Amino acid sequence: MSTIQILFFFLSVLAIFSAIMVLISKNPVHSVLWLIAVFFAISGHYILLNAQFLAIVNLIVYAGAIMVLFLFVIMLMNLNADSEPRKHQWMKIAGVISGGCFLMVLISLVRQTIEITGKTALVKEGNIGLIKNLGKVLFSDFVVPFEISSVLFLSAMVGAVVIGKKD
Amino acid sequence: MTTLLAFDWILLIEKLILIAIIVFASLGIALYTTFAERKVAAILQDRPGPNRAGPFGLFQPFADGLKLIMKEEIIPNTANKVLFILGPGLAMTAALMTCAVIPWSTSVEFFGRKIDLQIADINIGILYIFGVVSLGVYGIMIGGWASNNKFSLMAALRGASQAISYELAMGLSLIAVLMLSGSLSLKAIVEQQQAPGNLWNIAYQPLGFIIFFICALAECNRTPFDLPEAENELNFGYHQEYSSMKLGFYLFSEYINMIMSSAVMACLFFGGYDIPFFDESTLSPNIAALLGFLALFTKIIIFIFVFMWIRWTIPRFRYDQLMNLGWKRLIPLALFNMLLTGAIILWKQG
Repeated sequence: MSTIQILFFFLSVLAIFSAIMVLISKNPVHSVLWLIAVFFAISGHYILLNAQFLAIVNLIVYAGAIMVLFLFVIMLMNLNADSEPRKHQWMKIAGVISGGCFLMVLISLVRQTIEITGKTALVKEGNIGLIKNLGKVLFSDFVVPFEISSVLFLSAMVGAVVIGKKD
Repeated sequence: MTTLLAFDWILLIEKLILIAIIVFASLGIALYTTFAERKVAAILQDRPGPNRAGPFGLFQPFADGLKLIMKEEIIPNTANKVLFILGPGLAMTAALMTCAVIPWSTSVEFFGRKIDLQIADINIGILYIFGVVSLGVYGIMIGGWASNNKFSLMAALRGASQAISYELAMGLSLIAVLMLSGSLSLKAIVEQQQAPGNLWNIAYQPLGFIIFFICALAECNRTPFDLPEAENELNFGYHQEYSSMKLGFYLFSEYINMIMSSAVMACLFFGGYDIPFFDESTLSPNIAALLGFLALFTKIIIFIFVFMWIRWTIPRFRYDQLMNLGWKRLIPLALFNMLLTGAIILWKQG
């Protein structure tokens, strides 16, 4: 096994284990912390694919900002295991079924969009994930979607300010 | 890269030694920074300061450390044990992780091997620092929450929202520097300032530096932004329930953060290991590296002194003042600085 394979398996196991822990942790704060571990593992995968910019932005945005807000909300809501209402059995089954359907849709989507069979990921090569190339592509080929999404962000920010404003 | 054996093992050993040296050096320097803080406070307040342990009180930090370790360790009954212990560890780890991308000096040569005095010259150096800084928030939040004390939780929220707010302005002030340098690697930024004909970035980015410096004060929880640990009026901080060396870790990580942010500021705005008015390339590489390191170290010490000077001069802000400064002053100012820099660069290109 090469170093990269060892790293790949280590990161994959870490990601899957943490993802399972997110689901089965009783304490919501623990779930959030495990989710942060998932993001770390996924960033490790990005680095293996030589997409360092994506890796670090994933950490800064998700682990650094969004998860902090998650933690804020969960800590302030003060969810306790005993004060939480138990969900009905049927609700759980319905959740499993709808989640499974969603997973199936995702898998079929991935299978249809690109031909995966017989292809290997470019590990340690390919430099589209480097900041220079990514920036060039974003500001030339994909400039319209990029700008539209930035307008979307701006409107989200304005909306948040409007909602948060006391009058 | 096909097999494990193709790996450059000597490089690995070299890097491990370098990491060990830098981590232990940071811890040692942080130890003496606590001492320096007390001495500087004493000088500014016209009193002798710690002078009992050893000559000039030089053993004081060891005495303090010993005291912290020997004290009884109390974990509150209702605390979340795992997270309570994890909190200070995370704070310390995040503080130490920054040192990986700081170029401490040029490369040295030992036994014909060229050794870079930088643990990792990654091409996303500055973003890496941001990532680590944003993780530092977790040490505060987890510690505050796991204590299961509402005052700790309040202080943790206060600290975390302060860190998030000032990270934004910090990032925006950095974008202007990046426009000038065109690279995210700290080494490339330093080398660019070192190149003949180029001035240090402070000459091009005075406003950016001031914004960055203020944000660094806030990120390190230093006065006037030390609300997360305002012991007199806000009932201490997120580490209220902590005792013994766990408390020591929180306080100590603040000093390490101070050293690291001083190093980052020196690299970004003050030429890093560049010696002013002097051409290092005439010297032999090892001596140049040593002198370069001393130059960087001097800059770091000057910054740390300024940090302390400010701490013992200015009273702390009120919380709403702090938020107003961050969101309504610094962020627009940083945006303006960014636009101005971009406009000037475009104008110069013609």
